[in-house]
Amino acid sequence: MALLDVNHLDVRFALRRGDVQALRDVCFSLDKGERLGIVGESGAGKSVAAFSLLNLIAKPGYIANGSHIVFDGEELVGLSDRALRRIRGHRMSMIFQDPMMTLNPVLSIGEQMIECLKAHRRISKREARKVALEKLQLAQIPAPEARLDQYPHELSGGMRQRVIIAIALLLDPDIIIADEPTTALDVTIQAEVMALLLDLCEKQDVGLILITHDLGVVSQVTERMLVMYAGRVIEQGPTREIINNPLHPYTQGLIQALPQMATPGSRLNQIPGSMPSLDKLPSGCAFHPRCPFATLDDGRPRPGCRDQVPPLTGADARQVSCHMVAENKPVQADQSAPAKEAH
Amino acid sequence: MSVMSATASVGTQSAENKAAENKAAENKIPATAPLLSIRGLEKHFSLSGDVLEQLKFKGGRVVREQKFVHAINGVDLDIQRGEALCVVGESGCGKSTVARVVMGLLNPTAGEIHYDGERIDQLGAKALLPWRQRMQMIFQNPYASLNPRMTIQQTLEEPIRLHHPTWDYRQVKDKVSEVMTSVGIAPDWGARFGHEFSGGQRQRIAIARALAVDPEFIVADEPISALDVSIQAQVLNLLMDAQQAHNLTYLFITHDLAVVEHFGTRVAVMYLGRVCEVAPTATLFAEPLHPYTRALMSAIPRLEDERPQHLRLEGEVPTPIHLPSGCVFHGRCPHAERRCREEIPRLIATDNGAMVACHGIEEGRIPL
Repeated sequence: MALLDVNHLDVRFALRRGDVQALRDVCFSLDKGERLGIVGESGAGKSVAAFSLLNLIAKPGYIANGSHIVFDGEELVGLSDRALRRIRGHRMSMIFQDPMMTLNPVLSIGEQMIECLKAHRRISKREARKVALEKLQLAQIPAPEARLDQYPHELSGGMRQRVIIAIALLLDPDIIIADEPTTALDVTIQAEVMALLLDLCEKQDVGLILITHDLGVVSQVTERMLVMYAGRVIEQGPTREIINNPLHPYTQGLIQALPQMATPGSRLNQIPGSMPSLDKLPSGCAFHPRCPFATLDDGRPRPGCRDQVPPLTGADARQVSCHMVAENKPVQADQSAPAKEAH
Repeated sequence: MSVMSATASVGTQSAENKAAENKAAENKIPATAPLLSIRGLEKHFSLSGDVLEQLKFKGGRVVREQKFVHAINGVDLDIQRGEALCVVGESGCGKSTVARVVMGLLNPTAGEIHYDGERIDQLGAKALLPWRQRMQMIFQNPYASLNPRMTIQQTLEEPIRLHHPTWDYRQVKDKVSEVMTSVGIAPDWGARFGHEFSGGQRQRIAIARALAVDPEFIVADEPISALDVSIQAQVLNLLMDAQQAHNLTYLFITHDLAVVEHFGTRVAVMYLGRVCEVAPTATLFAEPLHPYTRALMSAIPRLEDERPQHLRLEGEVPTPIHLPSGCVFHGRCPHAERRCREEIPRLIATDNGAMVACHGIEEGRIPL
């Protein structure tokens, strides 16, 4: 059985004008030591998906009835805060996007690490300091002893993110959830931090859920990936297979839109339009207004795309939610098709 | 005079051409003069506040102490007509400062900027006005660069009215709807405000504002970094279309090397306020020379990679307050020697058409 099993996850935000559904029917699982990437553009719901695993969804957001998050045989949905605390930061820990915001500016690095250890374990201060030092070494931080007594503002962005990785590892978690951990960093620092994270996860057999918009990073670090669009998972499978042979028209468009996929100087393959806002989702497949296949050759709309939500279909390892793929029609990005301008 | 040297490089009519050539010869500018040329540019920002704040009590005496951020330290760059010169580098390398100094938004501490043969860095606001029409800027964040209290129509009319005070109402209106159409925004949306548009649409409007006065040179400071991948492609395509349609020259600031490879004709790599390598795009990507360029290129995550494959650099970027002596990169360079710590390397042309500022490359001790 998988270590983490997410089933029919629905997350809603109760606003005055009615509920906005941020996640719809999201299902995925994670085995021990597996690295999973969640990819999508802003507004796709990837961060909400990660936050809801530890119920970090702030009001007015809530996880709707019928959602299931099963971790190591235990249902997390509906668990009290007190019970959740056994898992948060202990068995599942989190790395946030902005290393400047995550650390407490008025506590030294050592104090923050010891505080975290003491909250979860009966441990003496001296012991805790030893564990903290060990984890800083693990995160390849130079002069770790001195860092313990330094404050966050004395460290650079890359170093802070390493400290945060060390804190995430403090209690030897089973899963690390990393929400865009390197977006705020420069490319060379990003490469270092990603290599470190990958290395640690492999060596310590820690599972990783990596949220990112960068397909390059996902392909370097993860084994499996989910592609999200407008609150739904639209494609999932082994990372290499999806990158080499994307099936959903959106995934194809996303990969084709990367500058590295086009010959220098030529026009990029663009997806027309932009992601719909969650409270004004199109009917049927949420991607249909931007999809080149939702219109037939003679200009008529394809039956199905606008009125039926395509289910995730396919073998367990590789699933796609697209009517075309379900009907076994080959979906091939037609590069000669004139790209419609967005209005 | 500016008009004449402009025709010189375009070379349309021989009589004018000759006159312009004579003129150019007088000013010792070759006929193929670059559109923009930056010489020995420096920009330092004071960190110390005013005079009273600079006074410190040290060793029994009152001394005046000043600290500077050395954002640009001697940059030389030429931008040729019709090219897209990309400036890349990590945060703090001074690339945005270069853009701002070129546009006259900041005054340089030292150095000269020549636009079309004329020195523009000392001109006052009024004297700059005709130049400002020829050079326009697109900013990084379209959420901040559009005035929230102006409609799109007002936003686009403002630069046109400023630069063409004699135009009547109809002409201005026609121009606005022309640029709106050219960036793919329906002209009847002019009555809306900036916040009613998505990020990609706002950046299109910002581009339309730059194009509204028919510039020949556009400085784009990270114009797509705030946008999503699928929207980035739309905006990049738009910038390339505009370049073809209006024969534009770009100075394109970015940290994204994949975009550079696609968009740029030439690339300048900056590190700590200095240019360490300038090369035609294809050359740079086929054969990066400077050790920093190599590390930077290896750090781009690529789709075909199954693991991170970057070259490891030691340490971190030093602060631009206390610059390293000699080559600014020597502290992190695996090939650094004594000369690197003492002598500032100059940009030297190599066989493959690139210019590199590196003692190791010059001496041939770094393998290609």
